[in-house]
Amino acid sequence: MTASYPRMLWMQFLAEFRKFWRVPAFAFFSLALPLIIFIFFGLRDPTSPYAPGAIVTTGAYVMASMAAYTVGNVMVFSFGIGVAVERGQKQDLLLRASPLPPAIYLLAKVLNALVFSLLAMTVLFVFAHFAASVNLSATAWVSLAGRLLLGSLAFIMLGFGLGYLAGPNSAPAVVNVIYLPIAFGSGIFIPTQFLPSFISWLSPYLPLSPFAQLAWSVLGIKTDHSVESNFALLGVYTIAFFLLALWAYRRDTSIKFT
Amino acid sequence: MGEGAAAELIDATKNYGSLQAVKGISLSIGAGEVVAMLGPNGAGKTTSISLMLGLRKPTSGSARLFGMKPTDRRARSRTGVMLQESGVPQVLKVSEMIDLFRSYYPSPMPTARVIELAGLEEKAQSQNKDLSGGQRQRLYFALAICGDPDLIFLDEPTVGLDVESRRSFIQSIKGFIASGKTIVLTTHNLDEADELARRVVVIDHGLIIADASPDEIKAKVIGRRVSFTSGKPLTQTDFDGLPVMHSEIQGSHYVLVTSEPEALLRELFRRGTDIRDLEVAGAGLEEAFLSLTGKTDR
Repeated sequence: MTASYPRMLWMQFLAEFRKFWRVPAFAFFSLALPLIIFIFFGLRDPTSPYAPGAIVTTGAYVMASMAAYTVGNVMVFSFGIGVAVERGQKQDLLLRASPLPPAIYLLAKVLNALVFSLLAMTVLFVFAHFAASVNLSATAWVSLAGRLLLGSLAFIMLGFGLGYLAGPNSAPAVVNVIYLPIAFGSGIFIPTQFLPSFISWLSPYLPLSPFAQLAWSVLGIKTDHSVESNFALLGVYTIAFFLLALWAYRRDTSIKFT
Repeated sequence: MGEGAAAELIDATKNYGSLQAVKGISLSIGAGEVVAMLGPNGAGKTTSISLMLGLRKPTSGSARLFGMKPTDRRARSRTGVMLQESGVPQVLKVSEMIDLFRSYYPSPMPTARVIELAGLEEKAQSQNKDLSGGQRQRLYFALAICGDPDLIFLDEPTVGLDVESRRSFIQSIKGFIASGKTIVLTTHNLDEADELARRVVVIDHGLIIADASPDEIKAKVIGRRVSFTSGKPLTQTDFDGLPVMHSEIQGSHYVLVTSEPEALLRELFRRGTDIRDLEVAGAGLEEAFLSLTGKTDR
């Protein structure tokens, strides 16, 4: 006889949520940081066109950029640092000996990260709506959040990989050193034409680039690639990062559990 | 339970690189047995438990839990574990942690009962990071028993505890043992094995060197060496009526070998014997292993 999987998943999800919510650094970075950056970039003349002759406003453009940044951020941080810290404290040892299936453990983490991403986006959207008069149709709000949650799988995998590669103390630094340059290089904070030429050449291939394009195109901005090819590129990244995570996971567990 | 052994090792060996942690152990733990695996640090106790739990794979031989592969979820659902050096999320509360682990098991104990058995009533709403060492051991104990499993592994349950928390924690474990569960615990303390278990398996250098009742094991253990010098000359007759197994006199230096050093010293002091440079030495487990194995060097 074994325990009910749905109940196990629910309890595991609750535990993940509490772990996240009760660490101010996590909650703050996920919920408040995007708002702060939005205030810097998005509140300067928010209703003006984001580019000469454009219909889309600066406020809406920066909000979409920040939404992409935030979702990716929640994923790489919660998984990268979360997994590294759990390994450092040997929490995996006790779980490994318990009847909890690893799949439920992983699924609970993914669900929690999706819920937190949605929460962070909601806070950002409400703020942008009232502070920067960003008005989207109901379909556009949902589609913006939905695309980003769907595409976030790539960043979940990247986070997992980093969590198994980085040490518990170095994880925050490692994750920042990898994620922040990707965000800058993808044109999330400043348009890519203002970046050094070798970076703007590289930019379309960075994982946050198709991710941000998925967000921008919801607003009606014409992006370099179609929605389908952006999802396809993210799919390639998802597979690549999944393989990295699997390799790192096996490397870690083969030392401890064989 | 109507079946064979709860946990079993069959000719199991385990190598970590060139280190042979377990050199060939066969051990069968029957339903309802309370077994202490006794041995010094590095003897292979934790590795043996890890093999039975499926945390480690034997290099050769095999391990079974309830006749199944140790990693089988049905076997795991009947097993509770308290491991050395394992961690729990810092910011979760004790009661949340117990409820989480209860959800892993098909028919868990009520949370309040678990908290009571583990003696955590006052800390139920504290976060794990605010627990003392003793309280943390109690939490791990609670997580091991909360699923109401048939078989419980306790790996060094009292390690690192001060005398008082150790004593009260032993009482909690004893209370639980009375419930008739199968329990496997490891310890490097013979007294603890004696107090808790009805069968002691002595492990040293990756091999079982004795498997008997605590009394039989104790009988094989040579006593403690109480040595001192005395200003007044003493003779063998001065030691009459004392719990002494063997005595040596070298000038004014006296060595008494006893299995009850406390009682011996109490009596010596009561008699007003002049004692200086008192030392109570070893004759601990290391000597016990020597006498069990008959080896003179290791």
